[in-house]
Amino acid sequence: MSAFVALEGVSHVYGGAGGTLAVEGLSLSVERGEFAAVVGPSGCGKSTLMKLATGLQFPFKGTIRIAGEAVTKPVKIAGMAFQAPTLLPWRTTLENLLLPLEIVQPHRSQLSRKKGEYVARAEKLLASVGLGGVSAKYPWELSGGMQMRASLCRALIHEPDLLMLDEPFAALDAFTREELWGVIRDLHAARRITVVLVTHDLREAVFLADRVFVMSARPGRILLERRVHFERPRDLEITYTPEFQAVAHELREHIHKARQ
Amino acid sequence: MNRSLSIRLAPWVFTIALLVLWELAVALLRIPVFFLPPPTAVARATFEFWPAIYRNSLFTLATTMIGFALAVGFGLALGLLVGWSRTIYAGLYPLMVGFNAIPKVAVVPILVLWFGIGFVPAFLTAFLISFFPIVVNVATGLATIEPELEDVLKGLGASKLDIMQKVGIPRSLPYFFGSLKVAITLAFVGSVVSETIASNYGIGNLMLQAQAQFQVPLIFAGLIALAVEGIVMYWAMAVLERRMTGWAQRSGFAQG
Repeated sequence: MSAFVALEGVSHVYGGAGGTLAVEGLSLSVERGEFAAVVGPSGCGKSTLMKLATGLQFPFKGTIRIAGEAVTKPVKIAGMAFQAPTLLPWRTTLENLLLPLEIVQPHRSQLSRKKGEYVARAEKLLASVGLGGVSAKYPWELSGGMQMRASLCRALIHEPDLLMLDEPFAALDAFTREELWGVIRDLHAARRITVVLVTHDLREAVFLADRVFVMSARPGRILLERRVHFERPRDLEITYTPEFQAVAHELREHIHKARQ
Repeated sequence: MNRSLSIRLAPWVFTIALLVLWELAVALLRIPVFFLPPPTAVARATFEFWPAIYRNSLFTLATTMIGFALAVGFGLALGLLVGWSRTIYAGLYPLMVGFNAIPKVAVVPILVLWFGIGFVPAFLTAFLISFFPIVVNVATGLATIEPELEDVLKGLGASKLDIMQKVGIPRSLPYFFGSLKVAITLAFVGSVVSETIASNYGIGNLMLQAQAQFQVPLIFAGLIALAVEGIVMYWAMAVLERRMTGWAQRSGFAQG
């Protein structure tokens, strides 16, 4: 099996031996180019899953492979975005986007030589999420939705193969959130990037993902794997069809059980 | 009246009001000059002893600035160190708190024992009293980096030094420049305390001598000179803070 992201029998404990078990016997695999969503009750270890899959933490049991390689250090082919946009307030939007390039190799050593090229790439990326013309603005001059778009751009600037999203839209209002679903959908379609989205919003998961994983309450493990067959490109309208509602409803039942 | 004009004038109006109140209180309550001299008597003493006040003010200012400069360098370095490692933080913090709790008046005799009276214990006292707020503020700036941001950078393979450079240091700058305002006024306290106890120069010494000769208006003239220096330096630090960290100061909270 050649899954792009593969977790097998992963257990992780916080606070050393005898600490709380965050995830236990967790297995899941995501194909290259696939859009996977992980849903579950709050506190089920979804964020732990993020940290493990990106090599920020290591499991005490089980194996994690990304692109066929065991994860032993932070995974540089991953981009990350969180609920908080975490843009640096002293940098303009453009400078915020360039931050990953100042760190990740090989861009880091090429930065001064290829500055123009990188700036052009950043501008293009901003334009592709509807942020054309804001590159000179500071984060506090942008709305919450715009900051989130910029944060997504920052996660993508070094052209990662894997995008990890930890409840990226949870702090936004419903309209902005749906707008950003469209942005993510288009980014995924345009770049054929593998996406793992952690969320507690079922509509979001079903609308965006090829496959939805339902996690149990802590210690988290995968209760259910549900393929979503709606044809791409998906329009927001499908979220109001009975077929869509049925899938969301079915997942909801499972989460309801998981909470008990 | 125009709001911005009223804000601009407010400091002068309040200062003059205080002086007038002081003058009136002394006159109405018939307070003797050797107990509390009125502002006019203080002004007269300032005028009369101007050369001595001027010379000693400059001396105190120089002493303070040297101690303050040391405090900035040392405080910044120690703050970065403490913010860098939890172990160093855990180890040094109680020591620093303990050291800060020691009244610096008590340290002056030791400094005199080591360096003799005069200039050296004065700037060292200024340094010792003013570095603590700088350390604490710089360390706080580093300690409050958002964990998510740290994750994003670590995920890209950032070293601790990278995170420090790209996020930690810029982030702690507003805290650092904010602490300079506190530190500079403390530095004045330190140098004057030391001058009062063990020096032949400076405003502290001038006031001590004036006290010995019972020239109470001159004591107050010395106090006013110190206050003026303190205000000027505080203002200079505030300007520096605004210049360097404008991005951190966009709240309209206190502008009413």
